[in-house]
Amino acid sequence: MCGNEAMAESAIQAGLDAYFGYPITPQNEVTAYMSQRMPEEKRVFVQSESELAAINMVFGAAATGKRTMTSSSSPGISLMQEGISYLAAAELPCVIVNVMRGGPGLGNIAPSQGDYFQSVKGGGHGDYHCIVFGPSGVQEFADIMPLAFDLADKYRIPAIILADGILGQMMEPVVIPTNSKLNTQKLKLPKKDWALTGADGRKQNIVRSLWLAEGAIEQHNYDLQAKYRQIEKNETRCEQSDVDDADIIIVAYGICARIARRAAQQAREQGIKVGSIRPITLWPFPSEPISKAADKSPIFLVVEMSCGQMVEDVRLAVAGKTPVVFWGRPGGGIPTVEKILEKIEQLTIKPKK
Amino acid sequence: MVKQINHLYEEVTIAGFGGQGIILVGKLLAQAAMKAGKEVTFMPSYGAEVRGGASNCMVVISDQPIPSPVVSNPQCVIAMSKAALAKFEKTVKKGGTLIINSSQIDVQPKVDDSVEVVKIPIDEIAVGLGNAKVANMVALGAYLQKRGVFSPDEAAESLPDVLAERYHVIIPLNKKAMQKGAEFVKNNGK
Repeated sequence: MCGNEAMAESAIQAGLDAYFGYPITPQNEVTAYMSQRMPEEKRVFVQSESELAAINMVFGAAATGKRTMTSSSSPGISLMQEGISYLAAAELPCVIVNVMRGGPGLGNIAPSQGDYFQSVKGGGHGDYHCIVFGPSGVQEFADIMPLAFDLADKYRIPAIILADGILGQMMEPVVIPTNSKLNTQKLKLPKKDWALTGADGRKQNIVRSLWLAEGAIEQHNYDLQAKYRQIEKNETRCEQSDVDDADIIIVAYGICARIARRAAQQAREQGIKVGSIRPITLWPFPSEPISKAADKSPIFLVVEMSCGQMVEDVRLAVAGKTPVVFWGRPGGGIPTVEKILEKIEQLTIKPKK
Repeated sequence: MVKQINHLYEEVTIAGFGGQGIILVGKLLAQAAMKAGKEVTFMPSYGAEVRGGASNCMVVISDQPIPSPVVSNPQCVIAMSKAALAKFEKTVKKGGTLIINSSQIDVQPKVDDSVEVVKIPIDEIAVGLGNAKVANMVALGAYLQKRGVFSPDEAAESLPDVLAERYHVIIPLNKKAMQKGAEFVKNNGK
């Protein structure tokens, strides 16, 4: 199965009630797959007239307490930013999948990681965050879906899956997590007693993102921030390998982390001590493990399919303790193992005394 | 120098033009590898592909988890067209294999001396079987014979998984095409 299909099936298994989307390469397989599978499961599938419509349909479905998602690629996700800000303000749980392609503008259809800032730093207006995942393989792409839905429900927050064209298109053997709905039930997620389900016999619920009373939105912001601190505390995820003795630590996420891992393996075979840290959640960012690793003063090499976005968060985490070097390719260029290895080798050159 | 890795780590790029069944045969290889219990990744070129446009895919087969699905220097390249050869001939790893569709390619490939070049009239063999479209299967048969990750017959078992049901009637022909490709390689020494 390709990443797009694996993720789509996993979402269905996780109890997705309604999918809304508008076609765009390289995530078309999601919409195509959903158009077939959702009616089979007697659930809602709508191919919307635009991305704006899709995200607002997600808002509506989420407000009724249903599990809902949309998927798109970079330019389409840009169109959705207003809706995402509203979702964050109204504290509505949903999942948004961005299979990133080259930008800016309409860009191209090649894989990219240029939407990191947009995803982890806000994207829409106002002080808000979404939980952002950066899966690095087809299996993880599938595995993250139930988790994304669960965390979205738990914290009443939009979750974004930040994938890229390679992850969407590539195929790997994959086991779809099928009992994820059962696991979800075990989690004892909070009841959605805020949802709009018809106020017959109870007080009316209001879902909104507009607070006009003096001080109301200020207070709402403080509440949101308190929630974000909770998420930072509880939900930060990353994978570390060979970090303890490393002279060089590569930080990369998504498909870049896969390519970098091969380079790290080859470097180890040459006797260069390379470790790697792979953020799985991009927000909350694994600052603590990076900061800890920085205490031993390795050189950090950040590899991205962009001109350097996540590198800023790595620098913040390292806080000047040790050098942070960046290498990447924007606009659909794919880093090669050989090139990363070359960078690693350059970093081992000691200055002449 | 990068140390040689002992375990199986086979990277192959299959390239040609849209309509030659490049993606299909890559999927077949990946599916068969999965059935054989191997780790495998399949990465297609994607997007605005049309019949006649460039098309390629990368398959990695290993007995250990595969770090990168993106291949820049594969052990083997299968070039189904002149344009594909021009694009990928330089990428073949030293000591690797280059399989050339000599029905379409009349130029001498520019490769390192250590690369084994296998020329095989893939289109002619396919036409000889009565269907030019099975050229991709002839190529796969030749590849499997040469690199020996598994046999053409093992690969053929995955045909029902990757072919749409309406094409299942031509599975025997596809299987035969793979065998023919393998035979050609066996009988022609190299």
